[in-house]
Amino acid sequence: MSEEPQKSVIMLMSGDFDHAFAAFTLASTGAAMGIETTMFFTFWGIKAIQKGNFTGKGLFGRMVGVMNRGGIDRIGPSKFNFGGIGRWMFKKMMRDQDVTALSELRQQAIDLGVKFLVCTTSMDVMEITLDDLIPGVEPAGAATVLAEAQQAQSQWFI
Amino acid sequence: MSEVTPDKTLDARGLKCPMPVVKTSQEVKGLPVGGVLLVLATDPGSMADIQAWAKSTGNELVKMEKVEKEFHFLIRRVK
Repeated sequence: MSEEPQKSVIMLMSGDFDHAFAAFTLASTGAAMGIETTMFFTFWGIKAIQKGNFTGKGLFGRMVGVMNRGGIDRIGPSKFNFGGIGRWMFKKMMRDQDVTALSELRQQAIDLGVKFLVCTTSMDVMEITLDDLIPGVEPAGAATVLAEAQQAQSQWFI
Repeated sequence: MSEVTPDKTLDARGLKCPMPVVKTSQEVKGLPVGGVLLVLATDPGSMADIQAWAKSTGNELVKMEKVEKEFHFLIRRVK
């Protein structure tokens, strides 16, 4: 055991189920191992921390909101989604194998003290507000992530 | 080594990665320093994972054994 605190930074860019699953698995496990863990959600990755309500004000913003609605429970896999059938299939396969559900894994990460940061620029572009996100997410930017990553022993871009 | 009796048992059988490690860490936190936790698991990955977790957190893996299709771990909280 070294004296310096163990830190890990996980940046989630993807809005796909499989990527989010890897990110929350690493985050909750890292926190359980006593590693100070920060997750940074950017672009499509923000879907993993949205409440699931419709978002957006302008025409395009609302279009993104419609396409992106439903939050973490409506995240589809990067392959074999087939318009939502794949999502249902993977969820069922995971349930059958007693794998922890994605939303539960996220809650586990929160309970273990994982810090959630969100990219404010992506939020502005996609017309998502802090009220559209689950509680406890802090707004941040590239400098914060870089500063945290510099101090971390492991950095993940997912 | 004399027999170590656990203060608490965590039944993590049927749980998949990362839950055995996550639950173990939560249970160990609830023990006083020096307390011993027995973990029962069925995930084959837990053999490697619990060892890695113990090494990383500085807690002591007193004993680890495969019993039929299960994996049993005795963990002492060090800090």
